[in-house]
Amino acid sequence: METPVCETEVEIKNADGLHMRPAMQFVDIANRFKCAVTVSSGQTEADGKSIMQMSMLAATVGTKLKIKAEGADAPQLVDALRELVEVKLFGEPPPEK
Amino acid sequence: MGDKMKFSDFICFDALVPVMSGPDRDSAIGELVRSLDNAGKLGRGNCKKITDAVISREREASTGMGKGVAVPHVKHKAVKDVVATVGLCGAGIDFSALDKQPVYSVILLVSPADYPDKHLQAMEHIFQHLQQEKFRKFLRQCQTAGQIEDLLREADENPSL
Repeated sequence: METPVCETEVEIKNADGLHMRPAMQFVDIANRFKCAVTVSSGQTEADGKSIMQMSMLAATVGTKLKIKAEGADAPQLVDALRELVEVKLFGEPPPEK
Repeated sequence: MGDKMKFSDFICFDALVPVMSGPDRDSAIGELVRSLDNAGKLGRGNCKKITDAVISREREASTGMGKGVAVPHVKHKAVKDVVATVGLCGAGIDFSALDKQPVYSVILLVSPADYPDKHLQAMEHIFQHLQQEKFRKFLRQCQTAGQIEDLLREADENPSL
């Protein structure tokens, strides 16, 4: 059987961007799943389960990140991460207008 | 994304602490903030406030990311640019790190309140190097401020360090 691969693009929408606390939330969710996940900002690619690598992305507000998950639970992981980044905004405010 | 930041853009080389005296997390944070303050980086009368803010941030969630390193930080209006320093402790400090191991190298950052992107760019550079085993090992082995400065300047020139 082929391993499911899921790819999506999310946009960072909270004002402070992907600083350490959001990165930790991201990694926490990623680690609840079995599949492998890589996150790319275009210039840099990071293991979505590694807090050190995720901290290295320095994704500011407006940055688009490509998330690629490989494994049986890849679709669920991608959905959960999209919700965290784009719907919940990591529990942080968007930029002031 | 703006220009890449380097260690030499935000590390205060006059405030490096090659041998931290404090036995625990809070005293290590206090020592590093004081060192930045003594180097004139924090404006007047902010030392205690910033120390308390870093400690309270640390209580919310440890910045001990594992592998013997911690990056305590806070945003504060006392600074207009990111300022940071490095402290080492050969005996290891309990930072409640993610991997529950002691911390030997501490990079403390104070970032401006209103420029989240600058903070992220500094973090990007820090973690590009901290995630490399070679860099962590060399940093931990430094014994003088001069050695730390040399290593950081070398890392600025060499992305694979």
